[in-house]
Amino acid sequence: MERSYGIEVENLVREFKKGPRAVDGVSLSVSPGEVYGFLGPNGAGKSTIVLMLTTLLPPTSGTARVAGFDIVKEESGVRASIGAALQEAALDPFLTGREHMNLQASLHGLARKERKVRGDELLERVGLSEAAARRVRGYSGGMKRRLDLALALVHRPKILFLDEPTTGLDPQSRSALWDEVAHLAREDGVTVFLTTQYLEEADILADRVGIIDEGRIVAEDTPEALKAEIGRPSIEATPADLGKLDAVSKVLGRFGEAVPASSGSAAVRLEHGDLATVVRALDAESLEMANLQLNSPTLDDVFLEKTGRSLEGSGDGEEGDG
Amino acid sequence: MDSSLLTQISVLSRRSVVRTLRQPAMVIPSLILPMMLLAVNAGGLTSATELPGFPADTYLDFAFAFPLMQSAMFGATLAGSEFARDIENGFLNRLALTPMSPAALLAGLLSGVIALALIQAAVFLTVGLVIGVDIKSGFLGVPVLVALSVLTSLGFGCLGTILALRTGSGEAVQSFFPLFFVGIFFSSISLPRELLGGGWFEAVATVNPVSYLVEGMRSLVITGWDAQALALGFGFAVALFAAGLFGASISMRTRMERT
Repeated sequence: MERSYGIEVENLVREFKKGPRAVDGVSLSVSPGEVYGFLGPNGAGKSTIVLMLTTLLPPTSGTARVAGFDIVKEESGVRASIGAALQEAALDPFLTGREHMNLQASLHGLARKERKVRGDELLERVGLSEAAARRVRGYSGGMKRRLDLALALVHRPKILFLDEPTTGLDPQSRSALWDEVAHLAREDGVTVFLTTQYLEEADILADRVGIIDEGRIVAEDTPEALKAEIGRPSIEATPADLGKLDAVSKVLGRFGEAVPASSGSAAVRLEHGDLATVVRALDAESLEMANLQLNSPTLDDVFLEKTGRSLEGSGDGEEGDG
Repeated sequence: MDSSLLTQISVLSRRSVVRTLRQPAMVIPSLILPMMLLAVNAGGLTSATELPGFPADTYLDFAFAFPLMQSAMFGATLAGSEFARDIENGFLNRLALTPMSPAALLAGLLSGVIALALIQAAVFLTVGLVIGVDIKSGFLGVPVLVALSVLTSLGFGCLGTILALRTGSGEAVQSFFPLFFVGIFFSSISLPRELLGGGWFEAVATVNPVSYLVEGMRSLVITGWDAQALALGFGFAVALFAAGLFGASISMRTRMERT
């Protein structure tokens, strides 16, 4: 029988003792070969779902099948089909990159000759060939993340779970990891379940995005469709004289509902009118602008629309994901 | 035992040994501190040899079991805290997502304990012989002494592993270290049981398994080949190891189910 390398989740719940309901009835479906981005702030329940889908944490209720295997009753089947790079790159600081590859390949039952070939191939693929003989404690955050990804791929899994793979990485390392994930999905047909709190990451990588907040999916579709749902752009105005910010806000208020803006600026989601009419209205009030910007809808706008809060910065200062 | 299990044990053992050897800051104190305490005890308690019925010619010979026993405690704490670190930093999750057998993981962990115990025994014996410890059981007694020492380390290593599996915290494991020490001091480590005065201390030392482990090791140094002391020593060491292994296996299964 042909096995489907997708993910089916139905009403998944996880409650922690004396804690909140970290995951509150999540249902979703990921098709084989799809990149599914799970977007939400810290503490939204993203990592808890990944832990359940990778069989590392039992659900309180609900069901899920990964690669056709039930995550509770057939956990060995799930584990054999998936690769996972979890939130912290769990590496042994005293082993080298190559020793990690050898350990992982051996535990996955690769033959001795294949271990070396596969290890070298993956180290080269993630750009760690030269650092392969060095102990991991000397690696940068980006190198650790790349090694973590390579380790998750040793046994050629059909489904890959990446839990916030680029958190804390510099832009260059982040971009390199994005390229690799895109390559895996497009060229190798790997199903990717990716959690992130970065809007740009979900936008660039994911075929479909699930937006999660307080343990529930609040929106789910392709990034384009989600943004199209918002439809209207926002306009942000920065007065040349900061003392006139209230007057600017009042004028903008005629064109739509106020949305969060950067310091010293006012912004509205345009409900009627366009940039030209706004400019004319500001000009009529003799309000001189230092900057006037028309912004197309982003996934953050979608999050704002669905939850009443902005995703950007909403989880700052928190740790973990619950 | 199938070949994949053997491979798993082999790579996990190698990792454990390599980790141990690559952390001199962890190994060196476990070599120096027991020898320092031996020096302090041997220097300060020399007059104990004048007690009627004291079984050794020098207190150095009598106390030589102390570093071996203490090193077993170090091994337990080290094994436990190292494993707890694997749990804390998610490395156990990584291993759990492979088809690894929990038995292989346990065997790998204990290989690190054996490696450390062998290093410690080699260093203590070398230093002991240099400073004048007279091993009455002779050349053949040395491997027996090492075997008993390693077996004891394995038993305590299992206890450390259980603590790690139950608590999942390196700090929690290390907080048990003083308790292990209490176990040593409430034994016949400093004086023979018959010279403890017959009070509560002697009663505690008599029911404390550590006394029999110490006396087994000590007999090889100060007596020669004492069948009863060796039987009790090895008997308690095997029992401790078996009970520890059983407890660690149960805890491992529970943790892997949770993991």
